Amino acid sequence: MSRKISMKQAVNEALDQAMAADPSVICMGEDIVGGAGANGEKDAWGGVLGVTKGLYAKHGDRLLDTPLSESAYIGAAIGAAACGMRPVAELMFIDFMGVCFDQIFNQAAKFKYMFGGKAHTPVVIRAMVGAGFRAAAQHSQMLTPLFTHIPGLKVVCPSNPYDTKGLLIQSIRDNDPVIFCEHKNLYAIEGEVPEASYAIPFGEASVVRDGKHCSIVTYGLMVHRSLEAATALAREGVEVEIVDLRTLSPLDMDTVLDSVTKTGRLVCVDEASPRCNIATDISAQVAMRAFGALKAQIEMVTPPHTPVPFSPTLEDMYIPSAAQIADAVRRTLKGGKH
Amino acid sequence: MAGITPIIMPKWGLSMKEGTVTAWLVEEGTTISVGMPILEVETDKIANAVEAPDPGLLRRKLASVGELLPVKALLGVMAGDDISEADLDAYVASYVMPSADEDGDDGVAAYQFVEVNGIRTRYARKGVADGTPVLFIHGFGGDLDNWLFNIDAVGEKAPVVALDLPGHGQSAIHLPGASLAAMAVFVADFMDAVGVERAHLVGHSMGAAIAAKLALTDAPRVASLTLIGSAGLGSEINADYTDGFASAPSRRELKPLLEMLFADASLVSRQMVDDVLKYKRLDGVTELLTELGHALFGGGRQSEQPARELGTAPQVLVIWGRDDRIIPAAHASNAPQGASVEVFDGAGHMVQMERASDVNRLILGHIAG
Repeated sequence: MSRKISMKQAVNEALDQAMAADPSVICMGEDIVGGAGANGEKDAWGGVLGVTKGLYAKHGDRLLDTPLSESAYIGAAIGAAACGMRPVAELMFIDFMGVCFDQIFNQAAKFKYMFGGKAHTPVVIRAMVGAGFRAAAQHSQMLTPLFTHIPGLKVVCPSNPYDTKGLLIQSIRDNDPVIFCEHKNLYAIEGEVPEASYAIPFGEASVVRDGKHCSIVTYGLMVHRSLEAATALAREGVEVEIVDLRTLSPLDMDTVLDSVTKTGRLVCVDEASPRCNIATDISAQVAMRAFGALKAQIEMVTPPHTPVPFSPTLEDMYIPSAAQIADAVRRTLKGGKH
Repeated sequence: MAGITPIIMPKWGLSMKEGTVTAWLVEEGTTISVGMPILEVETDKIANAVEAPDPGLLRRKLASVGELLPVKALLGVMAGDDISEADLDAYVASYVMPSADEDGDDGVAAYQFVEVNGIRTRYARKGVADGTPVLFIHGFGGDLDNWLFNIDAVGEKAPVVALDLPGHGQSAIHLPGASLAAMAVFVADFMDAVGVERAHLVGHSMGAAIAAKLALTDAPRVASLTLIGSAGLGSEINADYTDGFASAPSRRELKPLLEMLFADASLVSRQMVDDVLKYKRLDGVTELLTELGHALFGGGRQSEQPARELGTAPQVLVIWGRDDRIIPAAHASNAPQGASVEVFDGAGHMVQMERASDVNRLILGHIAG
């Protein structure tokens, strides 16, 4: 049966059930041990925002607190994966990935290719993404495009608790390295989630709202901003369809193309910096593969090309808003053929 | 007020809270006969026509097209031409919408769970208190929400129980055995667990074959049988559907299969596909459905046909959609001697949804004897 839980609980439950089902699943990260009732220092926080709290009491030393050295423990997780384990490494903020780029881009992403398909690297690297947490430029980035760019990596960014649990379980079962992006400002949102274990396959976008006038293609927190925009637009008689990509690599272009073919108009919304991001990628592919279906110019809604500001006022202006998304829809509805 | 009949937002399925009026199908001043479609309503799960429960003259359309309204909201008013406009105004002004919780049917509490032979089983219990209960048994891959247009209507005259079979809906993903016999024993044990000694069984597809099996093995517990789009009345079954349903991993593959269930494929909404996928993605469901499907209808042939062995008691009602693409309507001709048979045009395998008010009328007539 299902009941309402938060996205943070969905991550915890996916890890718990995956560890219970498969002894090769282990968790590694900074301060992730959180026994809640365990002795001494092991009764700890459960990660920087408490996502893994309680797992140590159930799974013991299969949760490893690591030194504050991302380059060391991400490398160790990748090595363990190459040797038959299924490690889930928590990297706290995706902004810290820089110090372990070689391990991820040159090693984990390349093993299968370099060893003629004989090597598997079933590692999951979980990291928090996104702005709005008042955590400044080095803890607030949406770096999904960087990882989507690299062949050999899979990139996941869910928008709700149901998808989070199913996609994290799929990430752990998958034999390739997965970058699992958790938006810190979505941890508290709640939704219906089955108690039982389940997996959502990669490469299937979800249509979260049906509409006929314009397609919005997005993911993560921006799904919620787009839904807000859709509610406002519905009052004007405009029905938008919203495609939640869920996984950025592999990418479900079929669902995007179906939607654009139906509506004839496209707005891409991405919280990542505007150059070479998911919105530009989707726009280019639609322009190339479905140009004839487009009735008007494609619009993109992204933050400006600046670091995420520390000033709360500026940070709120930086993140794409529902009003900006609605305006982009109105622009594309005014443009082109009618 | 006497002489005035309200048309209200229906409650289709236990979780429905509101619906959108998408079209009026008749004009004010039209004389309405029972079962006539009056307006169309769409929920996040399905679209369907609201049909007249009683005959009358449509005097007022109150809901406008596009309006989202809660269950039981007043949509329109029927009354004879002897009722004055002032009386209609007074009726509309004084209409108080019954609260959703008043009769205890708010969505969450409507579902209950019971342990049957170690299998946690979801069920719903609705309807009036007295009388022999009607037990609804869904088909392969289905769940109790397949009866969303039937439970409340039948419940007005009889107590109603509907269950999720083992490995289906929100019951535990575990089979008591991959045979009609094992499933029939399970249904009998479920009846014990919920205190139902004897019931009118209404089964759909595989659920109808289970009901027939139970009637053969445990006749005293079966007051009557209603077999809808029934398995177990012939050999042929659409293997593209049964095999495909078990294995389809994504929306793209599943949607065309679900469309085979209906004569009108547009009834298959995105939400319906997503809901079925949510069930199918639970660990163990694909394997369980594959095992059950192979055992009961491997290679497009039904291995057991218990409904052909039924005698004259209990009374049997057979209902089919002419356009059934899963189990051919021609199997209705194998119905046991003395059975009533109704085949509806313009309906497919889910005839209890596509022709809900006709099916409800037949069930109520049948159980009344």
